[in-house]
Amino acid sequence: MKKHINWNLVVGLILTAFILVLMIIGFFYTPFDPNKMSVLEKFQSPNLRHLLGTDNFGRDILSRIITGTKTTLFVGTSTVVFGVFFGVLFGAIAGYTGGWIDELIMRMNDALTAFPGILLALVLVTVLGQGKYQIILALGIIFIPSYSRITRSGFLQVKELEFAKSAKVFGASPFRIMFVHILPNIYPALLSAITIGFSNAILAEASMSFLGFGVQPPDPSWGRMLSESQSYLFNAPWYAIAPGIIIIITVLGFNFISEGLRRKFG
Amino acid sequence: MSDTMLSVVNLSIGIESTNEINNAVNGISFNIKSGKILGLVGESGCGKSLTALALAGLLPTSVSINSGSIIFDGVELRGISKKEMRKLQGKEISMVFQEPMTSLNPLMTIGNQVAEGLRIHYKMKEREVKDKVLDVLKKVGLPRVKELYISYPHQLSGGMRQRVMIAIAIICRPKLIIADEPTTALDVTIQAQILKLLKDINREYKTTILFISHDLGVINQICDNVAVMYAGNIIEEGTTRNIFIHPIHQYTKGLIGSIPSREKKGKVLANIPGKVPPITEKKFGCGFAPRCEKSQEKCFVEYPNCVELSPNHKVWCYEAKIGSEMDDVII
Amino acid sequence: MRYILKRIVTLIVTLILVSGITFLAFNVLPGDPALVMLGTDASPQKIVALRQELGLNESLPKRYVSWIENFVKGDLGKSIRFAEPVKDLVTKRIPVTFSLTIMSLLIIFIVAIPLGIFTAKKEGTVIDTVITVVCQINMAIPSFFLGIILMILFGVILKFFSPGRYVDYNQDFIGFLKYMIMPAIAIALPNISIVVKFLRASVIQQMKQDYVRTAYSKGNSENKILYRHILKNSLITIITLMGMIISEILGVSIIIEQLFGVPGIGSILIMAISTRDFPLTQDLVIYFAFIVVFINFLVDILYQVIDPRIRIR
Repeated sequence: MKKHINWNLVVGLILTAFILVLMIIGFFYTPFDPNKMSVLEKFQSPNLRHLLGTDNFGRDILSRIITGTKTTLFVGTSTVVFGVFFGVLFGAIAGYTGGWIDELIMRMNDALTAFPGILLALVLVTVLGQGKYQIILALGIIFIPSYSRITRSGFLQVKELEFAKSAKVFGASPFRIMFVHILPNIYPALLSAITIGFSNAILAEASMSFLGFGVQPPDPSWGRMLSESQSYLFNAPWYAIAPGIIIIITVLGFNFISEGLRRKFG
Repeated sequence: MSDTMLSVVNLSIGIESTNEINNAVNGISFNIKSGKILGLVGESGCGKSLTALALAGLLPTSVSINSGSIIFDGVELRGISKKEMRKLQGKEISMVFQEPMTSLNPLMTIGNQVAEGLRIHYKMKEREVKDKVLDVLKKVGLPRVKELYISYPHQLSGGMRQRVMIAIAIICRPKLIIADEPTTALDVTIQAQILKLLKDINREYKTTILFISHDLGVINQICDNVAVMYAGNIIEEGTTRNIFIHPIHQYTKGLIGSIPSREKKGKVLANIPGKVPPITEKKFGCGFAPRCEKSQEKCFVEYPNCVELSPNHKVWCYEAKIGSEMDDVII
Repeated sequence: MRYILKRIVTLIVTLILVSGITFLAFNVLPGDPALVMLGTDASPQKIVALRQELGLNESLPKRYVSWIENFVKGDLGKSIRFAEPVKDLVTKRIPVTFSLTIMSLLIIFIVAIPLGIFTAKKEGTVIDTVITVVCQINMAIPSFFLGIILMILFGVILKFFSPGRYVDYNQDFIGFLKYMIMPAIAIALPNISIVVKFLRASVIQQMKQDYVRTAYSKGNSENKILYRHILKNSLITIITLMGMIISEILGVSIIIEQLFGVPGIGSILIMAISTRDFPLTQDLVIYFAFIVVFINFLVDILYQVIDPRIRIR
């Protein structure tokens, strides 16, 4: 039997590992202080000292990108955790209880999906103010529907199966039913959705930061670097390219993993 | 039109599966004379459906004809270009499939689906096309044809859909219709109607029909001649009468013996012990030998030659001798 | 008929829900809207005056109802920052955003449909893998970065167009269209990949269906089957996708408008948010939401037209 390599998974894991390594390095070392400004070193194109060049304040771009990894991954992870937690919760309630609670939750889900995510994030940002945590809240809310939908369908499927009914007869608690019976059924779909969720979260955070509403200075953020670079496109294009490429690598990594998981579990 | 409409010589069909090619059909040969109905009968997995698809030019990409030839109305089909085959499909050779529920496009009207063959093969005015379609829908026994023309498949019953399939098959007056288990998915009463319809078409248009089925009762009703297949080989062939009244091959005997009938009421229904070998198993000799009560050593080594008991009765078995059709008469 | 009526009811209910939530968001969440708008060090008189002007002293339900009344009448009140009534500000910009959206949609479908079918046809070949990988990468690129790259490529290097020099459609329609192509492409590209991916999967699945075999038995060529039989069935998948895609396009257009300096509803929304102009923001958000909900409604109706199986119900 020919061994079938799951290329998507392999490439995805390599890319994501690269980003994770970058983040870990960032905890201990960056080539320069990411926030140190230096008028003399403004607008250097990539050279041996500053591998990715410097920005309009003379800050080393590479260091800013490495530090930005922490912020971005933090926001991404928090968003997904928030979304998954509430999504699974609502989905479980909807699937398990059924009836009008189910209907209500599903209608709210639909209303939420119909809304362009960015719009909702903007609304929340207007009302709650700008910053890291507001973004996490806004984006997290947007992600709830997809996770709740998956969880709910998992519940609905298993609810009907004989062994769940008999487990209930035996007095198994809802928690037990959920973890032992239902979770194994839905975890492939959930896992795939979570990895896509990561990449969407990172894209969304980058968009918000690009608009100026996301992560605030002095936290470096890839999205904000992109927006700052806009004015200098003509004299310093590398300033825009670096954060853009790193965003692409990160998102690609998660997308490939998600695709790989999808193929693996069918 | 030549006297022999279809001549299949030594046809072998193989299925690709992970580095190997297995022969699902092992060098079969048969003829159908123009205007006759030949039944191809056998259990699931014997290769009869693949034979049908090969003749119609509809084999999937993983399946291919490995050797042999198919001569249709004097023309060799094996090796012709796809473009040439397309000219024949729907016009000279058409096919009726087993599943009427899924064989029609759910988003296209009945009228358009029946008309398609005409539009592909002929240049006709739309008015003419519509008339012809309405005609053929009436011909296959469908009511309210004008309504039907603009209806969709999901609005029709299984029997009606199968009639539509037949309408699609005959609209270009093909020389050969290949019917692959056309009645298997239908109720018994509808079955009888469809069989009658096919027989009428055969009688009226002199269309040659290759009728494939696993159901001997159905074969008996409609076919002039029968070829019995087992595990990729034809093991017996002859007129329907000959095959049913004095089958020679042990397998054929078993098949016929297992048809329920009033005479057998109260008795144990015969069945053939064992099962059909999978395609992947290499075959030496006669595929039926392991299950055959009359098998000898040579049956396991080399496939038996054809024994022609009469011009209308051939069998591939070492047991068969000229004159043996007088034994084992089964009614 | 019954189906359409049911859909209209859902539409109205959703609109009420959406407007209600938006209203709540802007009037309840921040505490005192006037305070937030003017900032904490504004004089108490100013705050009182603003509250008066905005009618904040009335009860919530009353405010909601009068807001809706005004909205429907077309009176959107006055923006705080700009002297003009909101209505005038907005009506100039709607055609701009609308054109951008339509252009993007056209580009998406003109490119994605043939490409999706082609890829499905070539399933398993090298070309298929290459196109799939390119699409994967494409989906990973944020729209605004794509916009930046396009700007660098065509604005700086090739000098096809000058970013920032927006052309008014009233003055020079052709020039307007030429300027809008870049932003439209930036919005369209990632969505093309999504449509190709789904279309490819759908076509591949359809190719295995029985009715395709019947179509072959009539003598159809592969292309005829793909475009005449399969595409119709796959379109249903695409229409589901379309609702989601339009939603996304509208969202992304906000950013792209900002990037390319296109004076549409999106860019003014950003301005409103940056200046904490609540009434304006509120109204713009509702506009957007209404458009999205309405388009989803249209998509639902489109389903009926394409799939006769639902029609009878």
